[in-house]
Amino acid sequence: MKIGLALHELHRSENELAEKLLHVSDRHKADHEVHHLARDLARWSQRHVEELAEAGRRYDVDLNPRPRGETHLMARARDKLSDAVGREPQASLLLLLDLREVYTRSAGVSADWELVAQVAQGVKDTELLALSKKCHPDSLRQMRWANAKLKESATQVLVS
Amino acid sequence: MGAVDRRTQAQVRTTDRIAEPWGERTPYGPGDPWPVRVDTRLADGVEPEDVDRWVQSATILHSNGDGLDIAVKDGEIVGVRGRAEDRVNHGRLGPKDLFGWQANNSPDRLTRPLVREGGELVETDWDTAMGRIVARSKELLAEQGPSALGFYTTGQLFLEEYYTLGVIAHGGLGTSHVDGNTRLCTATAAAALKESFGCDGQPGSYTDIDHADVIALYGHNMAETQTVLWTRILDRLEGPNPPKVICVDPRETPVARHATVHLAPRPGTNVALMNGILHEIVQNDWVDHEYVDAHVVGFQELAERVKEYPPEKVATICDVPVEQIREAARVLGTAERLLSTVLQGFYQANQATAAAVQVNNVHIVRGMLGKPGCGILQMNGQPTAQNTRECGADGDLAAFRNWTSDAQVADLARVWNLDPMDIPHYSPPTHVMQQLRYIEDGSLRFWWVQATNPAVSLPELARVRSLLSQDRLFLVVQDIFLSETAQLADVVLPAATWGEKEGTFTNVDRTVHYSGKAVEPPGEARPDLDIFLDYARRMDLRDKDGAPLVKWHDPESAFEAWKECSRGRPCDYTGMSYDKLKGSGGIQWPCNEENPDGSERIYVDGKFWAAPDYCESYGRDLVTGAPLSQTEYKAMNPDGKAIVKAAEYVPPHEIPSEDFPLQLMTGRTLYHFHTRTKTGRAPQLQAAAPEVWVEMSAHDAELRGLAEGDLLEVATPRGSLRARLRVCGIRRGTIFVPFHYGYWDRPGGHEPDEAGRAANELTITDWDACSKQPIFKTAAATVSLVERSGGAPAPAPTTTGSRPLSPDVPPTTGGPDAQVRVDLQTATAGGAR
Repeated sequence: MKIGLALHELHRSENELAEKLLHVSDRHKADHEVHHLARDLARWSQRHVEELAEAGRRYDVDLNPRPRGETHLMARARDKLSDAVGREPQASLLLLLDLREVYTRSAGVSADWELVAQVAQGVKDTELLALSKKCHPDSLRQMRWANAKLKESATQVLVS
Repeated sequence: MGAVDRRTQAQVRTTDRIAEPWGERTPYGPGDPWPVRVDTRLADGVEPEDVDRWVQSATILHSNGDGLDIAVKDGEIVGVRGRAEDRVNHGRLGPKDLFGWQANNSPDRLTRPLVREGGELVETDWDTAMGRIVARSKELLAEQGPSALGFYTTGQLFLEEYYTLGVIAHGGLGTSHVDGNTRLCTATAAAALKESFGCDGQPGSYTDIDHADVIALYGHNMAETQTVLWTRILDRLEGPNPPKVICVDPRETPVARHATVHLAPRPGTNVALMNGILHEIVQNDWVDHEYVDAHVVGFQELAERVKEYPPEKVATICDVPVEQIREAARVLGTAERLLSTVLQGFYQANQATAAAVQVNNVHIVRGMLGKPGCGILQMNGQPTAQNTRECGADGDLAAFRNWTSDAQVADLARVWNLDPMDIPHYSPPTHVMQQLRYIEDGSLRFWWVQATNPAVSLPELARVRSLLSQDRLFLVVQDIFLSETAQLADVVLPAATWGEKEGTFTNVDRTVHYSGKAVEPPGEARPDLDIFLDYARRMDLRDKDGAPLVKWHDPESAFEAWKECSRGRPCDYTGMSYDKLKGSGGIQWPCNEENPDGSERIYVDGKFWAAPDYCESYGRDLVTGAPLSQTEYKAMNPDGKAIVKAAEYVPPHEIPSEDFPLQLMTGRTLYHFHTRTKTGRAPQLQAAAPEVWVEMSAHDAELRGLAEGDLLEVATPRGSLRARLRVCGIRRGTIFVPFHYGYWDRPGGHEPDEAGRAANELTITDWDACSKQPIFKTAAATVSLVERSGGAPAPAPTTTGSRPLSPDVPPTTGGPDAQVRVDLQTATAGGAR
């Protein structure tokens, strides 16, 4: 049974999405909505990481319940950079690239939840299925957010 | 109460309306008509019989929309009198209306256009000023296109002006950067109505006060923001079978003092509180299942969500006693005719839309809509904010058209005789905070500000000033005074104001009023409509057949054009005309062939404007703000029912810390409006609240060894200001600073000379992702002592939410200069009507 594989993969992709969102939040401090929302949405993925570790225990899969963080120093450097480039038009292009990446990564996470939900049904693990039903919509909301932000920002960035 | 005026009759008295902001009581019972009480204020030495003429209008210094007549003598405004026959106020006026008109006559009105020359603003003629605006517009259109041009309007112009602006900006120039300062006051009202009913449009009527058995005010200090509406409630409270009042406010406001239950939650926790209340309503099955089954989608999701919010948990999050939550829920859950009103305590707070939507949910699940006494008033903060919304001048398309619906955009293009591609609808119209961001990144290079003062009213002023003073930004300011913002402009256009121009405007309960021209504007000042028409002409804006895009030339022809645009839409004005509005006591839209006298109530019998092909909005995710697609909406709500949307509580982004242990809220006081441009020039109002102050609880003051009147420095991570301390009934851990005070009457002019004075030096740049309304009710702050009071109290009113705990503070009075004539008889006092 490859259930461990699916859980591992999802645990990894949620961790990476959380990291990416935190990274985006730090890098785009001058885009206040992105800055705040990315942080809020990173918390969803971090919560999923904790809950996946809990679920993994039942399958003897060792998943770290603590979401991966990044060094404080890195984040501070980005903070400074974010302040410095806030008034440059290039910052907006970077925003599009970052949102695009959040979009594709959250799509990946969504697909991973799909896999976990399928396997949960296969082994009749109602608990795991419930977890998937609870968390999967969050991934979709993260994805829709990134897509909406892209749509909203793109024209101004690309025509100006 | 004032003495009897022996010259006239026993029923005529005078009252000091600074000392008694709500005036005399006229008690009445449920279902009875609200008695008439006519308030009149004339300049000293002017008697009613001296007045040359009375010109019909309505109030402009708050959002209530009270009908009044302007008194004119020798070509000057000399006073005001409430209109007895008006459906909104039955003759009453508030202190701002009674005294605020004096600002029209101020000697420092702008009377000539100004342009920047060698760094200085110098007087010029209209040709030069408009020539510069047009030249810069054309230059930027050629170089970058419409994305370089933005407009930031207000909630204080007239309907005809907003509509014309919307046509010019969206249709003529093709920019989507159009918003109003209504973003700060009423964006969440509109957003919450769109979420719950698919469309803007107020489900309540002021007359619901006459019938309600429970009135709930959420973050709404009505006593200070809409004094006459509060007078109506006071009169019910003094009459037989008074309603119960629920108040949600961290401050001990006049509303709180009259409340059956007063909940004072920790700022930023409104969604948790509302979920707790809804938890009780669902658990106790105070639900109208028949109504929900027939007219509602989404109830199950709400029932699931609120399970996570039992009152015990909510009590901890909100720091409110659990019994109070239960008691409030019981009162709401067992009400037979429930009226709810919502304002800035929800709209300018964390999770604004999500919280306001939960108020709608209480009504939807209890089936309390479209019946006498059963209304929701998602309030406005400004007199004409409703028109900014309707006319498409604040981030919506005209007449509540849906920017995501190709069919509706095509319909608008038909009305304007344009190609649909000419109307930008690839993304929502750009809200002001995003426009600021575009100014920051250098992609928005022309910003035209009308009748608003962002250099004082937007959050984080140091940032705002640095953005607005950039050389690369061409800033146009159209105003009646040289405001802080105008001082930063490249071109300043002197505008005419209320009483000096003709037009219409609409209040929060959909009541449309006609406002006549009483006097000539000062100097070369022009009506805002004339300025827009002139710009359209000079820009040579054309429709798709080469005819002028703007086909009207004066207020009445603009109104007629608007009527056509509104035809068949929820805000249908086609049944109105200037003639019909003149002499009327206000008409509520929709007003059309079907409802020739207007519509007191909407959403009767569970009928909504939410059908997928008709609704204004498909809604947004309440947390992420991401818009739903047409397909998603159709799947969710194919039959156009009311929508119950649940939301999880998300804590505010800035929470108290060791360095900043307090929670700061900003807000208003009864005697001032916005940045005091008018009320600061009315002597009685200015004297009642002459200077900024900061409010704190006795507990917090004692903890820090502070006392009434001490001069404090208030600081947040963004900046600081100095203000004297008022110790009052505000909740622990929370401080309050009124936002009215800027720098126009200080040496700094547009910025602090020494210490800060404007509340927005302190506020955070953050907004609700759904309504894009900035957050003014949660910022982490600290205070420190600058200087002891020496016995003088804080310069805060004693009549309001800032009532002191100390008995030694002298009461706020207006004295002989603030006497107002009160006629408790019917409308017969003095002068031709």
